[in-house]
Amino acid sequence: MSLIAAELEGQGISTVTLQLLKMVAEKVRPPRALFVPFAHGFPLAAPDDPLLQHRVIEAALRLLEDDSLQPPALVDYHPE
Amino acid sequence: MSELKDLGLKDQIFMRAYKWRRIDPVPWTPLQKPLAESRLGIVSSAGLSVPGQEPFNTKAKGGDPTFREIPTGIDTAELLENHRSQSWDHRGVERDKNLAFPIQRARELVESGRIGSLSERHVSVMGSITAPGRFVRDHVPQIAEVFAQEEVDVALLVPV
Repeated sequence: MSLIAAELEGQGISTVTLQLLKMVAEKVRPPRALFVPFAHGFPLAAPDDPLLQHRVIEAALRLLEDDSLQPPALVDYHPE
Repeated sequence: MSELKDLGLKDQIFMRAYKWRRIDPVPWTPLQKPLAESRLGIVSSAGLSVPGQEPFNTKAKGGDPTFREIPTGIDTAELLENHRSQSWDHRGVERDKNLAFPIQRARELVESGRIGSLSERHVSVMGSITAPGRFVRDHVPQIAEVFAQEEVDVALLVPV
């Protein structure tokens, strides 16, 4: 996913990549990543839980809006 | 978040030994306009396809490097998931495809005005591409081309 993000970013598309495994993101370095504290297979926390899924997506969207970030921006998700 | 120790021993050994491609320099595109005016595209690595499309090849050596275009109006109940990896629990995605391809959430964000619009086409790949040469050379640029044609401004990438 990070390799796709890098290509898109290079083509002028702002990206945010959810990350389940911090080690991988630190090695590969996607432009903008949100580390989420969920198990593999559950990137948006839980099935059939729109509210929780929206919280994670909103945190990701805020990375796009944060103009203080520098590449690679690797940020932890903090559940409210 | 998941940690290496959460994976099976075989996967842990693989993940530690694997020569990850380091992105350097890291490209960067600041947000060009407010999200409320931006067009969003989604990329999921859950190995999703639409009925009628060729499913991902779970036997391909080094992983299937191809991608599938997912129309934005898709009924998530119709999406098929055939990701080859058994390193993750498939039950959540089987129950609710939004867990890894949040198209219904994205529609709600457009309705609320948080996002301007959605790309007509989104993308699914099947992760677990251990030999990404062809993927990077051929398919990743094609994915970027799809989003360029769709005039996508921002992309959300969701792994499994």
